Order: sequence, then structure tokens, then C-alpha cells
Amino acid sequence: MITLKINNQTHEFDGDPQMPLLWYLRDELSMKGTKYGCGMALCGACTVHVDGNATRSCSLPMVAVKDKTVTTIEGLHKNHEHPLQIAWAENDVPQCGYCQSGQIMQAASLLASTPSPGDQEIDQAMSGNICRCGTYPRIKKAIKQAAGGDKV
Amino acid sequence: MSIPTLTRRAFIKNASLGSGFVLGVSLAPKTMALANEPQLTEQLNPNVFVAIEADGTLVVTCHRSEMGQQIRTAITQIIADELSADWQRVRTDQAPGDEKYGDQNTDGSRSIRRNLERLQLAGATAAHMLRQAAAKGWNVKPEECDLKNHTVVHTASGRQVDFSQLISVAATLPVPEEKAVTPKARSDWQYVGKGVRSIDMQKVVSGDTVFGQDVELENMLIAVIQRPPVMFTEPKSVDDKKARAMKDVVEVIALKSASAPANFSPLGGVAVLATNTWAAMQGVKALDIEWSSNEHSQYQSQAEKTELLKTAQAKGEVVRQKGDVAKALQNAYQRISATYYAPLLSQAPMEPPAAAARVTDDKVEVWTSTQNPQAAQDLVAQVMGVPKEKVVIHVTLLGGGFGRKSKPDFAAEAALLAKQAGRPVKVIWRREDDIQHGFYHTVSAQHIEAGLDKNGNTTAWHHNTVFPTISSTFAKGANTPSAGELRLGFIDNPFDVPNIQLEKGKADNHVRIGWLRSVANVYHAYAIHTFADELAAAAKQDPKQHLKQLIGKPRHIDLAAEGAEYDNYGDPLDKYPIDTQRLLNVIDNVTEAADWDNRDKNKRFLGLAAHRSFLSYVATVVEVTVDESGQWLIPKAYVCIDAGTVVNPEHVKAQCEGGSIFGLSCAIGEITAQDGKIEQSNFHNYQVARIQHAPAEFDIQIVQSEAAPGGVGEPPTPPFAPALANALFAATGKRFHELPIPLTIKSS
Repeated sequence: MITLKINNQTHEFDGDPQMPLLWYLRDELSMKGTKYGCGMALCGACTVHVDGNATRSCSLPMVAVKDKTVTTIEGLHKNHEHPLQIAWAENDVPQCGYCQSGQIMQAASLLASTPSPGDQEIDQAMSGNICRCGTYPRIKKAIKQAAGGDKV
Repeated sequence: MSIPTLTRRAFIKNASLGSGFVLGVSLAPKTMALANEPQLTEQLNPNVFVAIEADGTLVVTCHRSEMGQQIRTAITQIIADELSADWQRVRTDQAPGDEKYGDQNTDGSRSIRRNLERLQLAGATAAHMLRQAAAKGWNVKPEECDLKNHTVVHTASGRQVDFSQLISVAATLPVPEEKAVTPKARSDWQYVGKGVRSIDMQKVVSGDTVFGQDVELENMLIAVIQRPPVMFTEPKSVDDKKARAMKDVVEVIALKSASAPANFSPLGGVAVLATNTWAAMQGVKALDIEWSSNEHSQYQSQAEKTELLKTAQAKGEVVRQKGDVAKALQNAYQRISATYYAPLLSQAPMEPPAAAARVTDDKVEVWTSTQNPQAAQDLVAQVMGVPKEKVVIHVTLLGGGFGRKSKPDFAAEAALLAKQAGRPVKVIWRREDDIQHGFYHTVSAQHIEAGLDKNGNTTAWHHNTVFPTISSTFAKGANTPSAGELRLGFIDNPFDVPNIQLEKGKADNHVRIGWLRSVANVYHAYAIHTFADELAAAAKQDPKQHLKQLIGKPRHIDLAAEGAEYDNYGDPLDKYPIDTQRLLNVIDNVTEAADWDNRDKNKRFLGLAAHRSFLSYVATVVEVTVDESGQWLIPKAYVCIDAGTVVNPEHVKAQCEGGSIFGLSCAIGEITAQDGKIEQSNFHNYQVARIQHAPAEFDIQIVQSEAAPGGVGEPPTPPFAPALANALFAATGKRFHELPIPLTIKSS
């Protein structure tokens, strides 16, 4: 039995301990905000926070999240008003939107460790998150705007 | 002035009319979190695009697929505008596949250009009926009434009534004929032309969206399929014992392999069905399949490249001719030539294809992220052997499309498996499936030779294009570029050169060939515009001045006069001429924004390209920096688009940015085959643009225009790669005749 906390709720899992967290979230808990893009930690669409760190849930087996605290896009902010979510909307960042949960979770982890990131720090932190619609310049703008705004 | 508003009851009484109801019912599966659960209500429903419910809510039906271009928002803007609706009282429903909406195939950058006028008319029709209903109630002339903020106002008396109070009466009125209805004047537009925020924004940033991959049906199994590694091969033997023994694996089902022509047919293969995605993925890995071989098993990209380059350099079949190219080349002061190669590409939308299906006695329902719901309906009906009226295609949001999701093979897979499994099934394409079993952007080779006179003027242009054709997907043995592909940036070459000869050559296909954002424009614009830059260098002229000189005097180009077959993206030439003035204009705008003329003085390396596609004109300037190791970056890109009338300038800007970055990916990505199998499998070996590769900043200009609307989703893509290559030439002196362009340029 694996016990973990997801968005402040305790969950117990007794399936295949090798099942990646992504599929537990999506298939078992019907939490569809975290997306599948590659299954190999190459695209970032599945990014969640594990004990506060941005992590690719597609490649993280359940056994590795035993007793951990997981935050997904659904739990990033109780009213979905994290400064990044606001900045994302104000800068019209999303196009199709599929990768954006992962982008926002990755950016949130960047801002937690680097409150005022420069261009290079943003590129470095976000280079593992692919967006085929090409929203990168707006992602950069939105991160900078959120960094300049009030803390949550 | 305070005027009492009529209550609904009073209004009906005054009008002495019964209420006519139009009922709209459809049901979504219980466990599916699709928004906008329809309800039984009384409503005004004059046509398939517009309804107004009893509480006054304007319900817009979006019949085009949403894949990031914000068409749901644009269509809502158009209809809400005609009704002067309160934006807070508008809801947008997504239409299923149904021919009653007209064309729903969301490709070809035509959602706005083919629908703006008809949607304006649809909205104006409802407005007309509301105005009549109010006028009747007040016993005044409809012309004396106006729509304002979700009400009808009698201008003279100031009386005002909310839409909700007009529904019962308006619903009994005859729907007016089109000619009786006048859409709003442009000067009265309230939402159209404004940068209205996406109606789906809040759901996206909250992770509350439903894409094809996210659909959940009651009692559903997840299917992952091992498809034939070489096109049209079949399993000779299948050992599924290990897979069947796995916990959570419920069923293993073999699907019939496709044969030529591929059409949209499912490829076949062996499906593992499980109660969760992980188990299905593990189950497929545990299959032991021996595959047959066929003529495609010998397909090698390296050998194909040699062959294509040879064909491009040989004489082809002439498709457009003006003057005497051979003679002009003989008499030229200078002759320049180059041979281009561009590899296969995969659309690789961030959401790999997915579809969920439920089969019951009386219907087949599929929920899927399709660009083409009517084709999905036809295909599912065909493979299931049922009339298409029994097939319902529910369209989810699309996590990108880029042409991949125009082909509904995955919808058919889901339906077939749901029938065989006897319960709902969702088919998930893994990224590996997407990259290895796609409908690829074709591989291509082109040869161009030009003659220049002493003054650097181009006197001859001889261009041959060779590629496996998309037609091969639909007709077995088709091996010559189709007219439909030649029209994409090849035959419509806008250069004012006295002697032009355009040719095409033969090439066989060994994978399924399909559409990718802006299709043949990608490789044609690449060759034409990097070659134009070479001519400028040979003529020792500024590339901008030289390009403008090549385009020549402002004029409307008449290709028919040169015997060329040209369909102008299916729209009439009088409405959408090939207008070189507009092309020259976007070049002037973009180069001015980029401070082109001072680039040498400021030690900046810029490249330029300009291209008309999908009836719009785009010019792009790319700026590059190259470090000592040869690694290049793009600090800024400049784009100017003339797309005629624009519905949402903010989203047009976003398409210019995204389309440019897609063009960048086209320049750095490569799909290859060995022994008929695709060698790449995921994002570690299929390169797409990441944040550090993309322009750090954009300068986008939209030409203010009242011309008929052109395409927007695709036109920004073709000029980007040649502008990049030209900038890299300016910085390094190197030409890139073969794609992909390496991310680090080695000095020779």
C-alpha cells in the first residue's frame, strides 16, 4: 500500500508500484489536468510538483511517491488564481492549451526557487517543456509578469 | 429616462401569440466532463449556428474544430456581434460532425474566410427576428428598433426589452429569407476586429479542459495498438500469452491491416485493451509479433534522397511556361543553380491522436480530437458497416492538429475495438505511435537554375519540384505531384521574370503522405526564397531591393495566361487576386520594423522572405546571432501579415508567432526510414523547437484592411525557414540547400 498526499488530500494506492504517477492521476483519480505527451520525460506536459519540485509524472513510478506530497495544476491555487495563471490569461499565452498545465507547473517551481528569473534562467528552466503551438515568447513574458507581481 | 420593461407573460399577452418551441436535445455520457450539458428548453433557433434560450442565453454553435487558433472565440465574436449580445450571456457549444453545418474540415486556413459572411448572416437572422418580435409587441415598425446589449430598443420611445422576453414570440415568426437580412455595417462592429480573450482561457489555465486523450466513458477500456512497423505489412504470428497474463489486461484484439491506397483507413496491428493506460502500454510491449515484409520493407531514406536529387536535376514535365528559358539561360551573363532537399516531417501535435467509442444497438458514438468530424463520421460508418446517420462524432478540444488530425484513422480504430470488446474503448496513441505511424509531410527535392544579365536582373527561372505526392494516400501508384500541391507556392511563383519554366518529377511513396501546416508551401517557399537570396548575392545587391525587383511592378498575376492550372485555394480570383502590391507592402513594413537598411552598420544579421499562401501575404525578417562554437540563436523575429479583414487581431498575432515557430521546427526536424521503418520515435530523436531555439521576441504587424478575409493559421509558416537560412548566410556565409539546418554550424 502506497500512501501519498495529492493537493492536500491523502490517497492510498495498492496497484502496480511501477505504474507512473501520471496514469494514477489520470486513470484512477480522473484528474485530467496533467497531460500525457511523450511518456519519457522529454516534453514536460505531465509536470507536477513532488515535495515542491517540478517532476515529470509520466516517468515517476508510484513507489517513488510513497509518503510524498504531490501538487497538480488542479491544486496549484484554490481559486486557480496563482500569479502565473493570471499572467497566462492576461498575456493570452495558451493556444491549444494541451501543454500549458505542464508549462505553468514548471514555471511555478522556477519562481519558487528563483523569484525574479532572467531570460537565460527562464530558458533553462523551461527548455524541457515543449509547445508545438509556439507560445514560448508569451510564456517568457507571463513568467516575468508573474515574477514582478504580488506573492501568493 | 426610465421605461418599464415588459414582463415575459405580459409580452406574450400583448402580442396575442402562442409560444412555439424549438427543442434541442442531446446527451453526453454521464462520466464525461464535457461542459455545457444541454437541457430541454424553449428557445429561438432560426438556424444551426444560433439559438437563444428561454433565459436569454445566446448559444453559439461552433462547427469548426478548436486546435489553438481560437476559432471558438472568433465564431462567438461574429455571432455575438450581429446580436449586440452581452458577452457574459453567451455560451459556445461544439457541433458534432454533421453535413447540415456545411464544410467542417478544419484545415486549409479557411474557417474565417469561408464562414465570416455566412455566420454574420446567421447572427443577423436571429437579430432580425428579435427586432420583429419586439416591434410587434410595441406595434411599431421593426426598422425603428435596434439591438443593444442583449435587448431590443425602440429608439424613438426608448422602450427596451431583454432577449429573454422575446423568445416565445420570436420563435413563432417565420425565419426570414437571406435577402431580407442585412448584417451590421463594419463601422458598427462591436466584437469583430477586437482582441477578445479566448472563451476557453479559464479552463485551460485551471487544467479543466477535455481533449480526446481525456475522454472517459463508463465501463471503458483503454487500448494501445502495435501497428505494422512497415506500411501495409501484416502479423505473420502473434504471441500474446505474456500480455494476456498481465494484471489489468482484459483483451488482445488483432485488427486487419490496411492496403494501398491507405486513405484514412486504420493501419491495423494488434491492440491490447486494459483497465488502465499503463497496463495497456505494458501489455503491448509484451507482445511478440513477427511481421510480414513487402515492397516497402526496402525503403531507405538515404537511397531515396539520392534518387530524388537526381530526378530534380533531370528534365521534368512542364507545368508552367513563359518565354524561352533555355535560350535565356544560354544568353545569360551569369548562371546560378542550386539543388534543395527537405526530409519527411511529423506534425507531432502535443496531444497524440486519441478517440473513445461506444457502440450500442442503434448507434456508434465517438468522442475524438478530430479536425475533420464529417470524414470521421463517413469512415466510422464505412468500417462499421452502418449508415452514417447512426454515427455520432463528438468533437473534443484538440491538443494541436497541424494536419495530423485531418485524418480520422484513430476514430475508426476506437469504433472497431469497442464493437469487438463489447464495451466502450478509448484508443490512445503513444508518442512513438504518432511519430512512427503518421501521415508524413513529404520528403522533397527541387532544382532551380536562374540566368542573370549584366545588371543583375533575373532573365530566366527554371525550377523543377519532385516529391512523393499526397495523392498516393488516396490513389494506388500515384507518383507525380498533384495540381493541388503545385498550387501551393510553386506554380503561383510571383516573380516578374521574362522566361519561366516550371516542371515536376516522379517519386514513389513508401509511407503515408499527408498534410502539415501550410503543406507544400513549406518546401517551395524554402527553395524559392533562399535561392532569391543567392541571386541577390550573385548580383551584389541588397536582398530586400533584389526581392522587390524580382517581384516587379505591382500587378495582379494571371496564371491562366501562361497556361498554368491554378485554383487559388478554391476562392475566386476577382475576390482574392494574386496582388503583388500587397506582397511588396508587407516586405516594406517588415523591413522597416526590423531597421533592415541599417543592419550592416549595426552589425545585425538579418534574413528576409515573403510569401503568399492561403490568400494572405506574409513577410518575415529573422535576426540571428552565432557564437564562437557555431551555435545560433534568434533574438528577434519580425512578421507582417496582410490577411484582409481580421476577426481577432490578438489571436492573429499569436498565430503569426506560433506559425513562425512551427516553421522553425520544420527547418530543424527530420524523419527518416530504414528498411521501411521510421527511425525516430520520440522527442529525443525528433527535434522540434524548444523555448531556447525560438525567437526570444517578436514584432508582429497586421495590415489594416477591409479586403476579404484570408487564411491565418498557415501563412506565417512558409517564410520563416528561408528567412532564417538567409540570416544564417548573412552571419556565416554558409548556404543550407539541405534540411535540416544543424543547431550548431561547424566552420569549414
